[in-house]
Amino acid sequence: MAGEAIAEGLFTWPSEQPQLIGGRCGACDAVSFPRRHGCPRCGSVAVTEQLLGREGTLWTWTSQGFAPKEPFNGTLTVGAETLPWFVGLVEIPGELRVEALLVGVTAETIEIGMPMHLVVVPWRVDEEGREVVTFAFAPGAAEQAVEDSGGVAAGA
Amino acid sequence: MEGWQQVPDVAIIGVGLHPFGRYPGKSALTMGAEAARLALADAGLAWPDVDFAVGGSFEIDQPDSVVAEVGLTGLPFTNVYNGCATAGSALALAAQQIRLGEHRIGLVLGLDKHETGAFTADPTDYACPEWYGEMGLFLTTKFFGMKINRYMHDHGITHQTLARVAAKAYANGAINPSAFRRKALTEEEILGSRMLNHPLTHYMFCSPDEGAAAVVVCDAAIAHQYSDSPVYLRSVVTRTRRYGAFEVHTPSAALEHVPAPTVEAARAAYEAAGIGPEDVQIAQLQDTDAGNEVMHMAEVGLCADGEQNELIAAGATTITGALPVNTDGGLIANGEPVGASGLRQVHELVTQMRGRAGDRQVPTTPRVGLAQLYGAPGVAAVSILTT
Repeated sequence: MAGEAIAEGLFTWPSEQPQLIGGRCGACDAVSFPRRHGCPRCGSVAVTEQLLGREGTLWTWTSQGFAPKEPFNGTLTVGAETLPWFVGLVEIPGELRVEALLVGVTAETIEIGMPMHLVVVPWRVDEEGREVVTFAFAPGAAEQAVEDSGGVAAGA
Repeated sequence: MEGWQQVPDVAIIGVGLHPFGRYPGKSALTMGAEAARLALADAGLAWPDVDFAVGGSFEIDQPDSVVAEVGLTGLPFTNVYNGCATAGSALALAAQQIRLGEHRIGLVLGLDKHETGAFTADPTDYACPEWYGEMGLFLTTKFFGMKINRYMHDHGITHQTLARVAAKAYANGAINPSAFRRKALTEEEILGSRMLNHPLTHYMFCSPDEGAAAVVVCDAAIAHQYSDSPVYLRSVVTRTRRYGAFEVHTPSAALEHVPAPTVEAARAAYEAAGIGPEDVQIAQLQDTDAGNEVMHMAEVGLCADGEQNELIAAGATTITGALPVNTDGGLIANGEPVGASGLRQVHELVTQMRGRAGDRQVPTTPRVGLAQLYGAPGVAAVSILTT
């Protein structure tokens, strides 16, 4: 899939197997996301880049039943039929929990503890006509779903 | 020594409230001036008697502008802002000035006037990246949905319990002449309203609105000169989030878990007051939504995690229950003008502890009250009051 990443330094892109870009503290070893200059655990500035694991389990979730105000700028709300979408916290084993949009889930199928993996999905078309992509998590293990990044609204 | 027996150092001798709601064409400062005048009248004081003031607001940069309306006396007036915990910070600052002996009589004022709908802001102002806002993740309501959903999973809290909490808020609002929402709603109506952020429905949420509240505080040694029913501010503690707490406006959370800032603020407030959670007879908790009230009951130590289903089903938190919570309808029935919300809680505690709450008066006048605030990006305040 082509497209510009929603932000630089957020995930490896373009890539067949994208990964979120976090940090690891050289002083206390804490893993953080997104990468910041200082460590949120100990305040050290000895933070180096750490690519996060692509798989995890759903720690909690909620639905988004109304369109957020600005600075939200996705295209999800162009049609009200795309609401609700789903958001959750995915636990990456041994690292941390990442908050993310969830794709390929419905109110009936979503469940705390379900396996999830990172995907990159279309987000919006910018002023210059370029497609902008962002990260999300989808159900299942990473290898079983190469073609599951059809959009955040998928399955909603 | 029990907190009851310690000599109090700070007293509340007057409270005033401009009811929360919608007031087109009326400014936040005008509402603030009205609340201030009511608090002064309650204390039997005139504005020139006040040595210092502390004001809190989200929308008004300088609440001290209220002096144009209440009098240009030259007093020191400090403005504070600390999100939903603004009133806690304002009260703490006022109490410290009195304890230090700097001043004897102060006014603490909160005022705000918000647009309708969920709060929004620039995510970078909250140490969040821009993409977090662009992706629609910079939303407090979504965090509260995720937090209570996990809490329900861990502790078996039911949707019915959430509905009961909201129904209680509307029932209390219906008998509170100052409330914004004055119509009782059934649990079915609450559960059947639009799902905003699972498991939280539209009627389980409070809404930002408008209003003001004011409190007159003084050195406890002189309180009886002004009031025959002073209420003592035994402690007020604020805290921010620690690494490992699961908090609002955070793109990630650590695997290691530490308690929420409310837990730490409550512990410190109990310790400073020499009072334990078992002594609390009435509580005003931050019910941004029904789930928050449920979780905050445990976070301030009023029950164990998971006990809420049974306590709430038995009516323990209703006005006539063993532990009344949010007796004026809380945020759900009053809405949240951020800078004023915590002082509304204090207003309600003082009103109940003086036995002046009318139709919503708790049957046995409470002697120990607790107020708790929580908000973005992980700030909390807990105050403990006694008579």
